[in-house]
Amino acid sequence: MIDFSRNYFDLFGMVPAFRFDGAMLDQAYRQLQAEVHPDRFAGASDAQRRHALQSSARVNEAYRALKDPVRRAQYLLRLHDIDAVGETDTALPLDFLERQMERREQAADAQAAGDTEALSALLAEARAEGRAMEDVLARMLDREQAFAVARTQVRELTFLAKLAEDIDAMLAAIES
Amino acid sequence: MALFQISEPGEAPAPHQRKRAIGIDLGTTNSLVATVRNGLAVVLPDIEGRPLVPSIVRYGPQGVETGYAAMAQQTGDPQNTIVSVKRMMGRGLADLTDARRFPYRFIDTPGMVKLDTRAGAKSPVEVSADLLRALRERAEASLAGPVDGAVVTVPAYFDDAQRQATKDAAQLAGLPILRLLNEPTAAAIAYGLDNASEGVYAVYDLGGGTFDISILRLSRGVFEVLATHGDSALGGDDFDHRVFCWVIEVAKLPPLSPSDARLLLVKAREAKENLSEHETASILATLSGGQSVNLTLTKAIFTEITGNLVAKTLLPVKRALRDAQLAPSDVKGVVLVGGATRMPQVRRAVAEFFGQPPLTNLNPDEVVALGAAVQANKLAGNRERDDDWLLLDVIPLSLGLETMGGLTEKIIPRNSTIPVARAQEFTTYKDGQTAMAIHVVQGERERVADCRSLARFELRGIPPMVAGAARIEVTFQVDADGLLDVAARERQTGVEATITVKPSYGLSDGEIAKMLSDSFTHAADDMQARALAEAQVDADQIAAATETALATDGDLVGADERAAIDVALAKLRRFRNGSDHLALRGAVEALNHATGEFAARRMDRSVSRALTGRRVDALSD
Repeated sequence: MIDFSRNYFDLFGMVPAFRFDGAMLDQAYRQLQAEVHPDRFAGASDAQRRHALQSSARVNEAYRALKDPVRRAQYLLRLHDIDAVGETDTALPLDFLERQMERREQAADAQAAGDTEALSALLAEARAEGRAMEDVLARMLDREQAFAVARTQVRELTFLAKLAEDIDAMLAAIES
Repeated sequence: MALFQISEPGEAPAPHQRKRAIGIDLGTTNSLVATVRNGLAVVLPDIEGRPLVPSIVRYGPQGVETGYAAMAQQTGDPQNTIVSVKRMMGRGLADLTDARRFPYRFIDTPGMVKLDTRAGAKSPVEVSADLLRALRERAEASLAGPVDGAVVTVPAYFDDAQRQATKDAAQLAGLPILRLLNEPTAAAIAYGLDNASEGVYAVYDLGGGTFDISILRLSRGVFEVLATHGDSALGGDDFDHRVFCWVIEVAKLPPLSPSDARLLLVKAREAKENLSEHETASILATLSGGQSVNLTLTKAIFTEITGNLVAKTLLPVKRALRDAQLAPSDVKGVVLVGGATRMPQVRRAVAEFFGQPPLTNLNPDEVVALGAAVQANKLAGNRERDDDWLLLDVIPLSLGLETMGGLTEKIIPRNSTIPVARAQEFTTYKDGQTAMAIHVVQGERERVADCRSLARFELRGIPPMVAGAARIEVTFQVDADGLLDVAARERQTGVEATITVKPSYGLSDGEIAKMLSDSFTHAADDMQARALAEAQVDADQIAAATETALATDGDLVGADERAAIDVALAKLRRFRNGSDHLALRGAVEALNHATGEFAARRMDRSVSRALTGRRVDALSD
């Protein structure tokens, strides 16, 4: 059974870092689930089954937090007691916000016109900017260990990911 | 039984006790039960060798009939013969947009609809339980004993209410349920283990009344569902209905009686099935008013009138791929499941969409039950050669709470891997607020009114504070069956409230308790009958074995011993055709006892014969 006090990286036997081996995470995740999953305890006592449920849910949560770069960045900051997701101090650089506002407006227009090509282009742009941001974060978090400073970039990355998700939903709505 | 324990020296006696584990595919149109035998999943047929059980229950004048027996009565007694009950599971009358298609007398009860039958008001849970009971009995007859554990499959796109209703039905039918398993995932298990596949697979499951699409990644014994989507009210039934409407239109028929409607639906279905093999199908029927129907349906017309149904299945396919962030070309293989995938236009559409012919090497009717049997076997703890595999499934629909203004706040998004637990903090919006109403919903829509309401409960006893000061943590926990528990807790004071999300069926706890106790009464009758049947089998075996042994090795028995055996045999024969299984059991034991020493002497003789090179085949049964 798993130790609930361990951090998510530790749970999978990995060193906390923003850039890391995704295949290794996948493998560690499957191995851990194979040990704790409720299917292994179908005939066990109530207490054991409850524990398996909690352990397995915990492993799923940890995997989800590390698999996705945005959530991984947020979690790394959280390990350093920096809250990148809270509602307090939501300030972002003005030029960044202006650029995203413009994209949102363009997306809304494209959605109204049913223009999937324009939406796809905006989606690709938002994703490309997100990837560039990930490179910046890899340097700040892994090399410079500048966690407090990186908060702004993590928030920007979160913002970009939300934008991409919304445009994707618009595309899905038009296609259906 | 001592006499049967004679085996070749050096050969192990009876193998260790295996659990009787079964997988049940509870389908809209047909149901099946399967088990793992000698390491291989097999469907358990009825006495006549038929693997399917039509999912039909009739509340007839003589009692409950299921399967083919009920099917034979469907046009004669349509209002008491329930078909497609799966479509009504966990659904209120308002949810059943196709209610007028059915000839039933619906009763609009809160939570879940009921049906007025000859046997009184029946909820879909009770009707399903009658089907499950028939499947359980088939399994018990075949496995010679009570079922130790069952896995029952549900459409992947079933919501919490539909899942809970299915689990309740299984419980009502006296099935010890190990797990609810998603149908496409079950199919993937049956396929994946057979073909030792690796890579991304799509399972396209068009059943009688439900449609599911699941995208799975198979790698080194892990079945990981990446995304699932579907439509829990779209299936082969709808194709039948299109043909039915076409018949009414072309033959210019007046409004039909329930019997005529059912008759034409049956004919429509036969025509649909014929068109999978032939270019045309004729529809011949004589209605109760003497009017006759004689039409020919071509494949082209059939394809045309059902075109938008096929197109409707591709939307969820696109959405599932989008959620998995994959393109059709990333999919290595497409598995077809469900009888409705036999329709050529469905196969063609799937092949076109994925750019490859779908896999059909397993029977689409049986593959779900086979996968469920494999899972049941594993969960029950029976060890097999290739059982080092793991299943990671997802929830199909987002789970959330109602917030201010009738909006939903998603706590667990759709396609989250289960089991999953997630907490979110809420606060009070009024000064001095001491209670908080928690409304749990499931669905993708922003407005609560457009989602399915699962449960409501209240957290009380929050100490009065200014608005926004309380910290109320709401935790959602979904188990491996995909069923939800919700807990709310005020963090500063520790005040708690918990609810196991049970959709209200319009069945009070008292009613459920009564249904359960009724079913136990029936179960007690059933167990009496089974115990008697088992004792009779044992009695016949020991009587026959004793007679054979006396004939071949009678010289080993003394006169007194022979008299005791004869008395025991006579007593056994007396109880053999009675109804007292305990008395018969006692007679079997007595004969066993009387023949114990004789059996030991036979054993010695057979061993010495074996040592002197003589064969004992003829002696041991």
